[in-house]
Amino acid sequence: MKGNADRPRVLLVDDYPDAREMYSEYLQFSGFDVIEASNGMEAIQKAADSRPDIILMDLSLPVMDGWEATRRLKANKRTAGIPVVALTGHALAGVSEDARKAGCDAFVTKPCLPEDLVREIQRVLDEGPAGSKKPRRSARHAKTIS
Amino acid sequence: MTRDDLLAARLRLLEGFISRTEITDCAQYALQWAGEVLGVSRSICLVRAAGEQLLITAGAFGFAAAKGAPFTVSLEDWSNPLIVALTTRSETAFPAVQVPVDRRRRPATPFQGAAFHAIPQQALTEGDRRQGRERSLLYSIINAVTDPILLTDTEGRLLIANARALSLFSAAEEESEGRRGAVRMNNMLLSSALSSKAIEEAGAARRELLLVNPVDGSDLLFELLSTVTEDSRHGTGVVSILRNVTDLRRASEEIEANYRRLRAAEAQARAESDRLNLIIDSVADPIVVTDAAGATSLMNEPAERLFTMPIHSSALEQRWVQANDAHFSSFIAGMLVSADQRRVGEIGLMDPRTGDAMPVEAIAGKILSEHGELNAVVTILHDRREALEKARLYEQLKEASDELERKVQAATADIAQQNELLRRQAIELEQASALKTQFLANMSHEFRTPLNAILGYTSMLQQGVAGRIEPGVKRQLSRIESNGRHLLTIINEILDISRIEAGRMPLQLSRFRLPELVNEVKAELEPIIIRSKVGVIVDLGRGLRPITTDRQKVKQIVLNLLSNALKFTHHGTVSLIVGHDAAEKTVTIAVKDTGIGIAAADQDKIFEDFRQLDNSPTRAYGGTGLGLSICRRLAQMLNGRISLQSELGKGSVFTLTLPLRGRK
Repeated sequence: MKGNADRPRVLLVDDYPDAREMYSEYLQFSGFDVIEASNGMEAIQKAADSRPDIILMDLSLPVMDGWEATRRLKANKRTAGIPVVALTGHALAGVSEDARKAGCDAFVTKPCLPEDLVREIQRVLDEGPAGSKKPRRSARHAKTIS
Repeated sequence: MTRDDLLAARLRLLEGFISRTEITDCAQYALQWAGEVLGVSRSICLVRAAGEQLLITAGAFGFAAAKGAPFTVSLEDWSNPLIVALTTRSETAFPAVQVPVDRRRRPATPFQGAAFHAIPQQALTEGDRRQGRERSLLYSIINAVTDPILLTDTEGRLLIANARALSLFSAAEEESEGRRGAVRMNNMLLSSALSSKAIEEAGAARRELLLVNPVDGSDLLFELLSTVTEDSRHGTGVVSILRNVTDLRRASEEIEANYRRLRAAEAQARAESDRLNLIIDSVADPIVVTDAAGATSLMNEPAERLFTMPIHSSALEQRWVQANDAHFSSFIAGMLVSADQRRVGEIGLMDPRTGDAMPVEAIAGKILSEHGELNAVVTILHDRREALEKARLYEQLKEASDELERKVQAATADIAQQNELLRRQAIELEQASALKTQFLANMSHEFRTPLNAILGYTSMLQQGVAGRIEPGVKRQLSRIESNGRHLLTIINEILDISRIEAGRMPLQLSRFRLPELVNEVKAELEPIIIRSKVGVIVDLGRGLRPITTDRQKVKQIVLNLLSNALKFTHHGTVSLIVGHDAAEKTVTIAVKDTGIGIAAADQDKIFEDFRQLDNSPTRAYGGTGLGLSICRRLAQMLNGRISLQSELGKGSVFTLTLPLRGRK
């Protein structure tokens, strides 16, 4: 699934097909190359194979959950540099903290409008690759619907 | 010798007498003359002093110096041959052996131990002889008296003394110095005693005179009886009789001491007896002392009430007393015949005043003499009625206490059971609460997932991702969007409440300026403000310093208050007024509206969970009814409060008060 080299590649991980399809359609509409995965294990495999520029990671996933997948991605030299944006319907305070500990670079709470998600992806990509020497600001919540 | 020679010799004798004045000189001269003229080889001249029964040597001739020494012979000394010779008319020959030797009582005569022949020249008259005999008898009598008897002249000189007196008041030259000293002392004491009193007082005087025994130097106490005698011939003299009272005095002193001791012992015994009586009488329990024969010898007042007849006693009272007496006597009789030293028993007496049964405890003890003989039995009677009553009450009390204890134990067991139940309920509640929180969190997640798709697709449709949209459809899409957002608000508020209840809403303190926050809130609600057609006025006050608290939570509260004000205000204005109280170190954010207002009776209710004043299914205003409840809880978390002033139909003021510096 090799896309246009100019289009940034996004790995979209979500087990809820409607959400996956919605974000995928809008990201492609917004000019991104989108690869999809429906669980953590698949996400690790696709991240290794397709070398995406950014990963959108739902946390509650079957087979392997998003936290574990993120830990493994960040533990692997080849994938450690890819920024991971956690995307979850969990709104309790501890969840974002746990995500950050697992290695997530940003945290977005669902519901999140597609256009808001795109803005957050653009922001993270503009900060530069994860693990680069340029110090990054701490991960922030993307603007969510309120 | 011729007659003339003899005459001449006699003249010479007379001339010699004339030339001499002293009687002793005359006597010595006469004896000398008789030796020379008449050829008398040995001669003695004795003279008798006037009024005295003594012959004193006035001169001696022809004797060796020692034997011619002056001596005295008592005329009463009938055993002295000289006296006999002088008083006998006829010639008398005295053989040598006739003279008994007693040097102490009879002074030596020149004839001592020698035989001599007495030729009386001028015999004593018959009268003299009779007087002599009487005197002799008198002397024998006074000598026989063992008490010293003395006759002294007015100057205290000794005239007559009996043998006992002589032993005290005279001593011969050859006696020891000690004895002579004692005698001198005695003479001085006597003359002093006599001179001081005896002479002055007529009649007998009686006093004590302490003398020294010349034999052993011991004290001798005499009673001195002296009587002044008037004699026409011999003048005034003093007769003194000394009665030895040394032993008498000692005996009398002893008697007196014994008497005093006796008196002291008696007083002590009386005091002890008084004390004993006092003790016995002060004891409230009856005490009876019985002698060895079983007769009552002493009882105190409480005992008297039991065992003696009252003065005006009725026949019944008499019978009770007699019964008491019989019971007690029987007890004592048992005690007397037994070998027990002590005996404790119970006697059923009657109270003679009331006739009530009076059980007493009798404690009897035997009192034995040094030799183990029974002297008395002391019995103390102790009224048992009170003790029995106490025992009965104690038993009742104990029963009540046992009953109470049983009840307490039952109650305690009950409480323990209840506590266990409560504990289990608390655990269950906690589990239920945790489950609820978890459930709500899950629900929230499950709500958000489809809502995410609804809102997402709606937004994409509105943006024309799938192609152009007709204006009518666009309006319908905006309805889907606003309802979706409202649903999200409800979900968020439910989640907030469950987070606060679960204690999972941590504080994040920071320092910030309130005006910026207020402007942010206003900006976020700008779309609603525009739609509402209500003027919003912001008064940020002056001199407001930055505050330290949880910014996100303050913002949530102000957002809620302002959106509420906008929701319930249809015309007029909504004011946001920021103020501070330097003294209280607090800041206030007041949201004032000119809306529908809240009745006083309802002002507390609006802060309760899920509370809207209009609960009807067709109510005019949307919302979960959780907003104010969450605001009040958040304010409390920040150590602040929300107060309300409102009047129905006129408007409301909600004021959030916060400390300048919040604490975690």
